[in-house]
Amino acid sequence: MTRSRDAFAAILAKDLRTELRTLRSLSAMALFAITTFVIFRFSLDRTSLSGSLAAGVLWATLLFAAILGVNRLFVAERDEGGFDAIRLAPIDRTVLLAAKAVALGVYLLVLEAIAVPVFALFFLGSAAALPPLLLVLVLADLGLALTGALISSMAVNSRARDLLVPLVLLPLVVPLMIAATGASEPVLEAGGPAFDRFGTWLAVLGLYDLVFGLIGYAVFDFLLED
Amino acid sequence: MYGTGLKRLSIATVAVIATAMALIFFYAPMDADQGFIQKIFYLHVPLAITALVGFVVGGVYAVLHLRSGDRRYDARSYVAIHLSIIFGVAVLITGSIWAKASWGHWWVWDEPTLVSFLIVFLLYATYYPFRYAIEDPERQARYASVFAITAGAFVPLNFLAVRLAQSLVHPRVFATTGGGLPASMMLTFLVSLAGIALLWVTLVRFELTAKSASGQVRRLRRALDAPRAETSSGRPRVAPELS
Repeated sequence: MTRSRDAFAAILAKDLRTELRTLRSLSAMALFAITTFVIFRFSLDRTSLSGSLAAGVLWATLLFAAILGVNRLFVAERDEGGFDAIRLAPIDRTVLLAAKAVALGVYLLVLEAIAVPVFALFFLGSAAALPPLLLVLVLADLGLALTGALISSMAVNSRARDLLVPLVLLPLVVPLMIAATGASEPVLEAGGPAFDRFGTWLAVLGLYDLVFGLIGYAVFDFLLED
Repeated sequence: MYGTGLKRLSIATVAVIATAMALIFFYAPMDADQGFIQKIFYLHVPLAITALVGFVVGGVYAVLHLRSGDRRYDARSYVAIHLSIIFGVAVLITGSIWAKASWGHWWVWDEPTLVSFLIVFLLYATYYPFRYAIEDPERQARYASVFAITAGAFVPLNFLAVRLAQSLVHPRVFATTGGGLPASMMLTFLVSLAGIALLWVTLVRFELTAKSASGQVRRLRRALDAPRAETSSGRPRVAPELS
């Protein structure tokens, strides 16, 4: 148990430290998100958004920005032989998935810490929606991180890595996006945050996180075998 | 070994489907509300049920494959998903025709079942590019099984989320309590469900037979011209091989 925890901490620290030194994924994700907001401002020809339109713009942008991070998540493991090292190490292999999912979750939270205030600045009149939105963001990030890490670990060993991640991940996160936009829509309403069916959607998000957490735990061993 | 009994199975399938067609057109009463177009229900709903069950069967075979390491289960999982995707195309087309006839639009976004099915279909459609992007056959089989299991668990979640998101206009034929469906309609429906399910099983058996035969031919040919086989490294990408 402690050995697993040590391995988890070591892999996670390694990932976060590399990211902090290179800022390869995070800078791309943040720039992508902000540029996409600007494109939405002109393509929708709106200077302020509310309700379902605001939720849609926010979640579509965050999802596509997240895909950039998912694409790169396991690249170092494959190129520098990290997979072999994990296979050789006397640890539970699921630790790698857990560490990668947490790392991706941290990237997503940092991305949102940048992108959501910018979104509020660009399109929302007030910041009143942000505290309840935080809850939705955290639950959706967890689901996105779990599915993203799972798909990324599969796609990285294929020929068409950059193509496969969006192809497989997008339909897989449709229920997550339905729940996230459903919960965000009343919160982002123009007249201040409302909580219509907020709890139901949070429950769906939680259920999604639980199901994909269990699936990842059950199948990840088979992805590392060689 | 896959070919045994295939003839009898095919005859049974044709007989049940013919009976179902006869029942649909001559026995089942005309729907008072929708008229003749309602008869597409006897095709659309069994196709949808068979396709969804087929996806689950593919997932179960995938679990068996991962547990036992037997590649034959992977081939079964592949064929089950493959045919369910083909049935899925038919579900979307018949559903669209029904929607046009009874609601006046080819596509209705407010209808949870159709939308859920489309999302499930889109996810399973990525099974092919995903599978064939992986070169090593051993790994390909393992990853495809993981995909089949993940997607199998995704199906109920997706139906839940889509249903919550939308108003309820899809005809819930069986949910209406107190016998929403008259006995004659129910009988016709069950016969045609049996027919479509048999059709699925027969087609799965045919494809497995064809695959195992072509695998044998390939092995024999390789044994015949063994010196040449060393130079030609082109591995067929069409489907998992059966031993």
